[in-house]
Parts: sequence; structure tokens; C-alpha cells
Amino acid sequence: MAVIEEAAPRAVRWWDVSRIPVQYYVLGVILLILPAISGDFVLRQIFSWAMILGMISLSLMFLAGYGNMVSLVQMTVAGVAAYMVAIFGTSAIDTISFGWPWWVAAPLAVLVAVVFGTLSGALAVRTEGIYTIMITLAIAAAMFYLVRQNYTLFNGFSGLNQVRAPVFLGVDWRAPVPFYYLTLVWAVLAYFAVVYVSRSPFGLALQGVRDNARRMAALGFNVTAHRITAYAFSSLIAGIAGVLLVWLNGQVSPGTIAVGPAIDILIIAVVGGLAHPIGPFLGAILYVLLRTFALDVLVAFGLGGERFQLLIGLGFLVIVFFSSDGILGLWRRYRERARRDPVTGEARDG
Amino acid sequence: MAETVASRLSATGTANALELRGVSRHFGALVALADISMTVRPGERRAVLGSNGAGKTTLFNCITGDFAPTTGTIRLFGEDVTAFPPYERIRRGLRRTYQISLLFTGLSVLDNVYLACRGVSRGRFSLIRPRRNDALLQSAHDLVDAVHLTPVRDTLVANLSYGQQRQLEIALALAGAPRFILFDEPAAGLSPTERRELIDILTGLPEHIGYMIIEHDMDVALRVAERVTMMHNGRIFKEGAPREIEEDPEVQELYLGGGHGGH
Repeated sequence: MAVIEEAAPRAVRWWDVSRIPVQYYVLGVILLILPAISGDFVLRQIFSWAMILGMISLSLMFLAGYGNMVSLVQMTVAGVAAYMVAIFGTSAIDTISFGWPWWVAAPLAVLVAVVFGTLSGALAVRTEGIYTIMITLAIAAAMFYLVRQNYTLFNGFSGLNQVRAPVFLGVDWRAPVPFYYLTLVWAVLAYFAVVYVSRSPFGLALQGVRDNARRMAALGFNVTAHRITAYAFSSLIAGIAGVLLVWLNGQVSPGTIAVGPAIDILIIAVVGGLAHPIGPFLGAILYVLLRTFALDVLVAFGLGGERFQLLIGLGFLVIVFFSSDGILGLWRRYRERARRDPVTGEARDG
Repeated sequence: MAETVASRLSATGTANALELRGVSRHFGALVALADISMTVRPGERRAVLGSNGAGKTTLFNCITGDFAPTTGTIRLFGEDVTAFPPYERIRRGLRRTYQISLLFTGLSVLDNVYLACRGVSRGRFSLIRPRRNDALLQSAHDLVDAVHLTPVRDTLVANLSYGQQRQLEIALALAGAPRFILFDEPAAGLSPTERRELIDILTGLPEHIGYMIIEHDMDVALRVAERVTMMHNGRIFKEGAPREIEEDPEVQELYLGGGHGGH
């Protein structure tokens, strides 16, 4: 597990495509040709939604996995971006919306979300463990009640609707296929950004803070500043996901950032696995599949469809019961067992 | 501003490496350090002796800023650092090792040392991965080599042996350009061979690097130090050259356990 690349036998260049593992090619091809083999519903309500939730969970995975900071505020950060897109841009509530073009509204919305997430982080980083969870949960709950009770800016209970993804370069990005590719590009960018940054000096230092904050201070690092910066970076990912989320749903309301969705993000990240940036996306696809089809499964068994939450809960319980480090942990253990010689129990090469 | 720069410049030249004036530290009713005043010249090697609970590690924690002294001032190379957070003191050339290794167990040996090098240089927040010919990465490689850990360079620290972790602990303190290092019982739990290696490393440090070492093993302490401070119940009990301290009857009574005298 060489983390900083070391001298290889021959000079390896970053554009050398043969270094890319074969799984990436397979997954990449599947994701690229998906629109040709699946319908609009699957593209929008399964894959686009899963990638957006995956990005928000990825922002949590970055904080929790590399920084040991379990933040429940990530959904709220995304929600702030979603609200800002509706407020700066256009929605059905034209007394509130400024009507600015999307290329002003969307970047500004992400910026506001980053500021909000960084400030939340600044409040949370002086605490550890369960207290970080409590503070971020309190911020999330406070924000939920603020948007529900404030009508002048957030339009209270009903929120802001008819928020449309823009038409740009002659493409209607609201249509299922363009929107699928739009989310795919951003999800892939976010994934590789996290993979890359985790090995940068900043990412390494964050992992150092996770392992031993006191020693990091004794090596010359400003631990608090590193933690807050980590919140800023993760808020950038969550903010971009929030813009995509409001374009997907066409609306944003207090329900988007309620405590329930905030906890769903934590569940997705934990079920997927916090050890690697791919985990949140695995968790998100499972979550979306359960959300979408649990109802049908229940009805097929003659049970009340309104109990679909029960099936979701059971599904997650089963995974966490068998693998405390989520789907990633299941996969890792399967690979280790496959590599072991069945007779001697010794690890085999290859 | 100009004044600070001037005082900093003069500080590097002539001022004492470390100067404590009336430093005390209370934990509730417990007085862990009481009115400690001491001066360490630049490049001086000092041993701190004393029984358990004498306040040696508390003294180190106050010097690095892990916690603030209740009263008193701490000057580092002439500069008053009493109110500075630990990282500011480290960036001024102070280093320390810990009695119980504080390492980054989820990272490799090289990453640990690389972090130590990065901590005292610019670009701590850099999002750009280091290139293979990165100067800091190179100095990290050199440091790993200097403490004989090259064979386990890419091993996760959690999987190192105890002795290797102690060596890594020292490597972290040598990163960058240290001017004054605090070693907290570096020899504890080491084998006789590892102890000899440790003594070699300490005595082989460049002359301008001073250090202060807490050590229970008198053989190690007296061999690597030019001056000894004896602590007892949070106070400085005696200070002097190793031989004086060793032969002082009061010290023998208190610390060496009078009974075995005469060696």
C-alpha cells in the first residue's frame, strides 16, 4: 500500500492508460452506454438520483473517513445550494426568485453553500466524536426550522418549485439523457478529486489529524485550520450535488433538508463503506433501489405498501450486521477469502 | 514589526535555546510543576532525571504548549512563546518525541515522516500531490534511511514492531531544521542493541542541535548529556554536571536508591 508513488522500474506517465485497472474500464463503459439500454425513469430516478446522493455522501465520507469527523450537516449544505439556485435563479415564486441566469445563480449557490458549510465546520471542529454529531445535527435541525418558518426568503412549508435545469449549448439539460451525463460528469469529477486529494499533502495531513491530532500539532500543523478546510472542501462537493438535486427534482422544500434525509446520508455512507470514495456511491445505489422498489416488493407479498421504510431499514440492518464497514468490507473479505488457498488457508499470490 | 524581526534575528544568534522563569502548572489541587526556572544554552544537551510523578513530562508538555503553564514565562531562542500554540513553537525549531509513541498508525512509515517534513515547511494545505523528485519527499526518504527504517518504508505504522515505532518517533522529531529537541524516554522498552543505536543517533546529532532528554536509564542519560537536572515533586532538586549529580549523596539517597551506592 504505497501511498506516495515511489520509483517504479520504468518511468510511468500519468497519461499511460495501461495503468488504469480493468474494473474502471468496465464500469466506465457501462455508465457511458447506459442511456442506450435503459429507460428515462431508470436514468433519472435511479442513476441520476443515486449519483447525486452519492456525491453528498462522498462529502461525508471525506470528512468521516479521512478526518474522523462525522458531520450530519452535509445534506443541509446541499440544501442550501439547492435553495440558493431557486432564489438567485428562477422559480414559480417570482416574488422571491431574483431571476438571474443559471451561470450566475449556480456558481453563486455553490459559493454560499461552501461558506455555510465552512462556518458549520468552524463551529463543529472544536468538538470530537458524538459532540460533533450533535452540533452538526443541531445546525441541520435549526436550518430546517428556519426554512420552514421563513416565508420572505424560503417560502416556508411549500418551498420553491418549478426550478428548471437550463437550456445551454442547444441542449435541454432537464431531459433525462443530458441530465444523466451531467450528473455523471460531476460525480466522476468529485470521485477523482477525493481520490487525488487524499494523497496530497493536505489530504495526508487530514489523515494525520484523524490518527493523532496532538502529534500533528507537535509537527507544526494547525489542526483546527486543517479540519475547517476539510469542511470547505467537502462543502464544495455537497454544494455542487445540491445544485444538481434541485435541477433533478425541479423543486426544493423544507422536506429536502429535514433531519430524516440528513440521517439517510449518514446511512448511505456507512452502508457503502467509509474506507474508500467508491463506498458512498455503492451505498447510494442500494438506497435508491430500495427506496424505489421496496414498495412494489411489499405489495407483491400482499403487505401494505406504506411500510416500505421497514424494508429499507431491514436491508441496511442486514448489511451492517454482516459487515461493520459496509458493502466495501463485504467485498474486501470476499476477495481475501478467494485469494486464500482452500486447503492450507494460506494466502496465494495473485 | 521591525522590532520583532530584529529581536528574532538576535534571538537566533546569542539567546538561550530555552529559558523558563517561574513556570508552574496546577491540575486542580495537584501541583505538577512548582516555580521551575532553568536555562539551556544553544546546542546544550541536558538530561532531566527524577522519579515517577516528579513533573518531567509535564515540564515537556508546558514547553511544547500541549498545555499552558499556570504561571511563568517560557522563552524559546529569546522569544516569549508562553502564549503560542504548539505548532507555532514547532515552526521555530522546537521538536519533541513522546513517551508513548504518538504516530499515525493508518499511514505508512514514509507518509509519517513526509508529514513531519511538511509540517515545518510551506504548502501544508497543498492539494497537489508531491512529484517523485519533490525535495521534501527526498528528505523524508533520507530521514527514514537515517533511522534504519528503509526496509519497512511502505509498511503501515500499525504493523511495525515496538522498537521500530520508537525509531520512527525519533525520525519525526528530526524532520526539517530542528534546533532544540525534547526526547521523552526514548530508550524505554528498547533492547540493549537498540539502546546502543539510540545513543549513536543522539551523540551523532550536529553540534548546533541541543536537546533535553528524560531518561530513567542512568547509563543512557549520563552518556548523552553534558548537564543534568534532577527533579523531585515538581521542583528542580539539583542541577550540575553528570558526575556531580551521580556522586551527590542526596541524589543517591533519593533516586539511585542509596543502598546500591558505590559503583
